[in-house]
Amino acid sequence: MKQDKAISVVLLLVALSAISGLALITVFIFKEGLPIILRVGGREFFLSSDWEPSAGHFGIFFMIVGSLAVTAGAMVIGTIFGLGVAIVLTQFCPAGLAAVLKPAIELLAGIPSVVYGFVGVVTLVPLIRTYLGGPGLSVLASSIVLGIMVLPTVTSISTDALQAVPRPYWEGSIALGATQWQTTHMVMLKAARSGIVTAAILGMGRAIGETMAVIMVAGNPRQIPHSILDPVRTLTSNIALEMAYASGDHRQALFATGVTLFVIIMLLNTVALVVSRRHAPRRGAR
Amino acid sequence: MLRSMLRSLVPGTVAAVVLLGGGCARTTEHVVNVLGSTSIQPFAEFLAEQYNKKNAGRQVEVQGGGSTAGLQAVTNGLADIGTCSRALKADEAQQFTPTLIARDGVAIVVNPANPLNGLTTEQLRGLFSGRITNWREVGGKDGPVRPITREEGSGTRESFVNLVMGKERISPGALTQESNGAVKELVRGDPAAVGYMSLGLVGKELKAVSVDGAEPTAGNVLAGTYKVARPFLFVTRGPVRPEAQAFIDFVLSPEGQKILETEGLVRAK
Amino acid sequence: MKPSPAALQRLVVVALWTLTATTIGVLLFIIAYILAHGLPHLTWGFLTQSPEYMGRKGGVFPMIVGTLMVAGLAVLIAAPIGVATAIYLTEYTREGKRTAVIRFGADCLAGIPSIIFGLFGFVFFAITLGLGLSVLSGALTLTLMVLPTIVRTSEEALRAVPSAYREVSYGLGSTRWQMVTNVVLRSALPGICTGVVLSLGRSISETAAVMLTAGSALRLPHSLFDSSRTLALHFYILSREGISMPNAYATASVLIIAILGLNLLAYWLMRRFVAKVK
Repeated sequence: MKQDKAISVVLLLVALSAISGLALITVFIFKEGLPIILRVGGREFFLSSDWEPSAGHFGIFFMIVGSLAVTAGAMVIGTIFGLGVAIVLTQFCPAGLAAVLKPAIELLAGIPSVVYGFVGVVTLVPLIRTYLGGPGLSVLASSIVLGIMVLPTVTSISTDALQAVPRPYWEGSIALGATQWQTTHMVMLKAARSGIVTAAILGMGRAIGETMAVIMVAGNPRQIPHSILDPVRTLTSNIALEMAYASGDHRQALFATGVTLFVIIMLLNTVALVVSRRHAPRRGAR
Repeated sequence: MLRSMLRSLVPGTVAAVVLLGGGCARTTEHVVNVLGSTSIQPFAEFLAEQYNKKNAGRQVEVQGGGSTAGLQAVTNGLADIGTCSRALKADEAQQFTPTLIARDGVAIVVNPANPLNGLTTEQLRGLFSGRITNWREVGGKDGPVRPITREEGSGTRESFVNLVMGKERISPGALTQESNGAVKELVRGDPAAVGYMSLGLVGKELKAVSVDGAEPTAGNVLAGTYKVARPFLFVTRGPVRPEAQAFIDFVLSPEGQKILETEGLVRAK
Repeated sequence: MKPSPAALQRLVVVALWTLTATTIGVLLFIIAYILAHGLPHLTWGFLTQSPEYMGRKGGVFPMIVGTLMVAGLAVLIAAPIGVATAIYLTEYTREGKRTAVIRFGADCLAGIPSIIFGLFGFVFFAITLGLGLSVLSGALTLTLMVLPTIVRTSEEALRAVPSAYREVSYGLGSTRWQMVTNVVLRSALPGICTGVVLSLGRSISETAAVMLTAGSALRLPHSLFDSSRTLALHFYILSREGISMPNAYATASVLIIAILGLNLLAYWLMRRFVAKVK
């Protein structure tokens, strides 16, 4: 028993050190970032599009718009394709093929973001520039690249959600004479709704956080994009572009950008938590 | 079984970390860290390569990040030598000690398909500030103008702004790239693009236009006729370690200067 | 005219399979594009030599070593700490407000953009702690980045072990720690290892968090305090600067093959896990 108590204490200490390490980051980011938001004023920081650090102007609005625009586009592509693949994997796919397809989709998640960005720059950007106009470096290019990167997350969580729907739901619907598709969209998707929404939200979190691929295909101007063919700068790209040389107020402004992203992620995770709690998946017969 | 695995894994890891970290820590003290301008980086790396080959015990490491990052790194202790591709500002000159290692032109580059061969400073200001939106207005082919710029901490950008833009701001719609290479790749692929980059890195794939009648060549930079030129500096702060000083001396030596000249720069002396 | 359910079904099936085929097509295209350009230049010499002339010639040996050092050290530190934390949360505490808050915190941190970790690591490890641009700075930054993920995946693996296993162990008179090591961990181990392997994959692919912590030095790192360039960063620099496209593709090929291998490993482990728990 004494050994057990000692081990329990050791584990507690390790857990505490892990938690305090992670708390350290959170505290550090807020400690560095909040003061400048307060100094510059929330209105100017979040609503002005004048980002000129050398002149002391720190307005990130155009980047918030940029991040949201690119994420929205990524979600359109990521959810359509991701959910579609999840439906195929769970409802319309023979088990043998599914066993091959599922790891293949997960492989997409493992490809480094710099590779995605690079392939995007050499294949996608010239295509957009030649056939659709604009510089090619654009919201569209970023959305497509990010959509592909987010797809595996959406697929994997949606698949889990769909597979958690009790088998009797499916069988009952088919027994009543519905086609597979009718069953899928009237029964299965509805039952897995909260899991699918969670998948989308977590995918959104990934898309907002992506940096390297976006720097390469987005163009990074200092203004709001007015069409999907316009270039765009996201919050994350801005940090990556400027952190090497930023000092003083400028560096704090980058941390403040980090605070903004942190809060957005926290909000998204809270929504995901609330949604999954409200429509708790009913655990059926195993 | 798990317990015996853990029992051997933990001391093994600790031993490995100690051996790696402690035993070889001495090596790091001889390493000279050079950090800064992306324009200077390829040249500094080549110099470091040659230096490292000749002096096996002394190692020089070169990293990028941008001119201002170089100054930051020297202040933070991350680097022994910061590289800077622009002149120091007044307040910087008080904190840092600059050493001129070479001079470099800032080339204005356009896509090879662009028919223009020369532009005036006034035209450049218009193109990069967003006032001129069509190539027709400066005598080129009909089509939109897409200015490409560098990030704010770039020495190339700073030099360009000081030497060409003057009081005008670079258009907020200009596409921002983080290195000379990225600017080059972008201009190479986009017929509407115009950008600025280190003259020594232009190569054959792009067209560098003449500015106010002066051709962008190392000779003209040396002669002073091509005015869009900036110093390449090795910047230090306070007392310099002997290893770092040895590298600076090498770069300033006839051999070092010859290497830089062969690579397309203008020698310091 | 409303289409009959059967017709709609056929239409939807075609649409869905098109989506799936496109997705798989994109995956194959990316991998094939990189490997097709890169494999011809991926020689044994490429893997064992050092880069010359900024990477225009030579190989990527220092980058391979650097990547292994940075990613390996990160996972080596994060895995025991993360698994121990997960064990504590699942086996030694009761479900309640506290654990829910910790879990939420871990989920949030798992979602934080890697560039934020990079910014933190640069300012805290490299500058404030004085570690400089080094393997150690990079590894510590990556440790913090993958820790939440390891805690979460280990926790899920541990909770998936049926409570009956624990009850039987207690019934036989074991202490809690004996029960954890001999029974629960044994069953959850493949699931835990999957999480660790995937974290390793993430560390290897990471660029934003290492570029200003581990730095971008070309030389072979001799100690933890040396700066080092990872494969992903090397690929980024080579391709972005147009230094050498063939070498860039070859570097990317090494990365892709490594990721493929790790994914296969994770997949194999996961299958063992499913078999065990069932």
